[in-house]
Amino acid sequence: MTPDPLSPWRAFTTARIALGRAGASLTTRDRLAFQLDLARARDAVYAPFDPAGFATELSSLPLPALVLSTNAPDRRTYLQRPDLGRSLSAASRLKLAGLPGQGACDLVILLSDGLSPLALQRHAEPLLSDLLPKLLLAGWRMAPLLMLANARVAVQDEVGGLLNATLSLILLGERPGLGSPDSLGAYFTYQPKPGRTDADRNCLSNIRPAGLAPTLAAAKLLQLLTAARQRQFSGVQLKDEPAALPSGFGTPLLPPPHE
Amino acid sequence: MKYRIKSSGLHYSFPSLRVLLGRASPLRSGDQLAGTAASSAEERVAAQMCLAEVPLTDFLAEPAVPYEEDEVTRLILDTHDRTAFAPVAGLTVGEFRDWLLDYATDGAVLTRVARGLTPEMVSAVSKLMSHQDLILVAAKIRVVTRFRNTLGLPGRLSVRLQPNHPTDDPPGIAAAILDGLLHGCGDAVIGINPASDNPASCAQLLRLMDRLRTEFAIPTQSCVLAHVTTTMQCMARGEPVDLVFQSIAGTEAANQSFGINLALLREARSMALALRRGTVGDNVMYFETGQGSCLSAAAHHGCDQQTLEARAYAVAREFSPLLVNTVVGFIGPEYLYDGKQITRAGLEDHFCGKLLGLPMGCDVCYTSHAEADQDDLDNLLTLLGVAGCNFIMGVPGGDDIMLNYQSTSFHDSHYLRQVLGLQPAPEFAQWLASMGLLDSQNRLPPRPARLEQLTQRFLKQLPLPAS
Repeated sequence: MTPDPLSPWRAFTTARIALGRAGASLTTRDRLAFQLDLARARDAVYAPFDPAGFATELSSLPLPALVLSTNAPDRRTYLQRPDLGRSLSAASRLKLAGLPGQGACDLVILLSDGLSPLALQRHAEPLLSDLLPKLLLAGWRMAPLLMLANARVAVQDEVGGLLNATLSLILLGERPGLGSPDSLGAYFTYQPKPGRTDADRNCLSNIRPAGLAPTLAAAKLLQLLTAARQRQFSGVQLKDEPAALPSGFGTPLLPPPHE
Repeated sequence: MKYRIKSSGLHYSFPSLRVLLGRASPLRSGDQLAGTAASSAEERVAAQMCLAEVPLTDFLAEPAVPYEEDEVTRLILDTHDRTAFAPVAGLTVGEFRDWLLDYATDGAVLTRVARGLTPEMVSAVSKLMSHQDLILVAAKIRVVTRFRNTLGLPGRLSVRLQPNHPTDDPPGIAAAILDGLLHGCGDAVIGINPASDNPASCAQLLRLMDRLRTEFAIPTQSCVLAHVTTTMQCMARGEPVDLVFQSIAGTEAANQSFGINLALLREARSMALALRRGTVGDNVMYFETGQGSCLSAAAHHGCDQQTLEARAYAVAREFSPLLVNTVVGFIGPEYLYDGKQITRAGLEDHFCGKLLGLPMGCDVCYTSHAEADQDDLDNLLTLLGVAGCNFIMGVPGGDDIMLNYQSTSFHDSHYLRQVLGLQPAPEFAQWLASMGLLDSQNRLPPRPARLEQLTQRFLKQLPLPAS
């Protein structure tokens, strides 16, 4: 059998190139492979997420965790009402008000399942176990880790505002793609408060071993958060700094998947 | 102006045309999110009945977004052609639907009336139409555009080859381009969504596509779908820019959130025209749109998302584009929740765009968090094929690894070509035949005769991948 002249091209991309054909249609094998990946991506969106249980899993991290909730009561509502995922429940606002020492925090980190619980469960711990000790060593005053199910990126504005935090950072599952059901996103904001827009934030996306590795993401975040704190802003201007920017993570052309 | 309905035992009133349009819209999640949707199925039909009685001239008197506040409204009203409007000027929205469906209203009649229609009129009538109405009327209209080939002719279906790569890696992108060409795709455009919007990296992709196109003398056009300002920088530096791309929306404020306005688009278009790169025509613009973009930018002015989408087509029309693509299922379930809503929106967008005189294509697609799957994609693809859609996307295996969503594949285009007897644009079809990539029955050969030579020549055009 002669070697397929297209086979070297497959090494250049994970795109589904050089597929076989039945007539001009997909072969059974390729069709079912697609269906399997789609099934996994769909399952990732609807996988159960237990914030309290996840908080226990993170007990080895050097920060306590607190479970909060947004106003999105379930998955279906969350998917259709981004506004509800951006706001804290009344009970959670009270909980935050009762935190000791509020008003004295440099950074608050939020964690949410977002659109892929799997992403958070797989990559938050390796990322934070790398990042947190370095921040604490550098003298950052940190709020407890806040766990929320069904949150959107902008929930950090309300939380950060209530805590009077200098910076807020949210880690949450991104919209699953067929080859990436477990992609984690990280968005941070300088002086978070209600009314901030995406232009005020910086974002690292595609955090997963086959994309931006969690430990590398931790290093980039440390660099970017430090720069934001020193220069007292975040957003587009910070992004433009080549030194602070990992290549391939420029301005997204389309709205981020969570907004 | 206040609109009321009192017949059929219904008692509803609507404080403005804008509210009436919202309440009359077929159900979709984005309108519920915006608070413009009807609160019950009965209210929706009551609004449609009320809308059917509204004279088309009301839309000229009461714009959906105020004239003073919005340059898109000013564009719509200032360029309205009263002469073209004359044949339908005396009709209500309901009568306009009947007129559109009439045997006597053929493609030539519809093409003549296009400049007399406003987006709001077109949106309004679509709300009274069934899927088959939207398909039947759209299928009467052909909108033909040209750059290096001729798109939109009867019996033709073109494909945008979409070879995206998550890090813009040139060999990765070239691999997908080669695959697409081997599948007979790429006549609408070879168009890359860049991961990085900086001029240097976009220029690298532009040069890659230009080398491939000239090496193989492919009668098509290329495009890097960067922000218009990035493309303008590329043109200023003498990079090989065929088409200027931009996402556009239906209000000035939403366009502002995209970092654009009409003046900027005018400037970009004249720069592209000055390059004179088109060989058979000078349609140099490529626009993308999608229902929900205004709301997503908090710039919807209380309008329903479909009316705003139609207003984006008024923006497009001003610039005689080669391609207008409604990216219908990309935005997510908060705007179009499921396959049913995506399907309806795709048909509405195609209909509205064609009626306004635009070369409409559709990115038939969905995201993993919408209630949709491949069956929904197949359905909309088929319906749009019947409706005479100018072009669809061709993504390797239907899986875009850079934008993380599912769109139509190269294979899908051949499904549609087979069941509906459609061919690529004539110049491109001829090229495919000359390369041995398509046989005399428009079928893909089991294995192109000169495949090895072709792939070797292709490989020579590349910067080698970093090891």
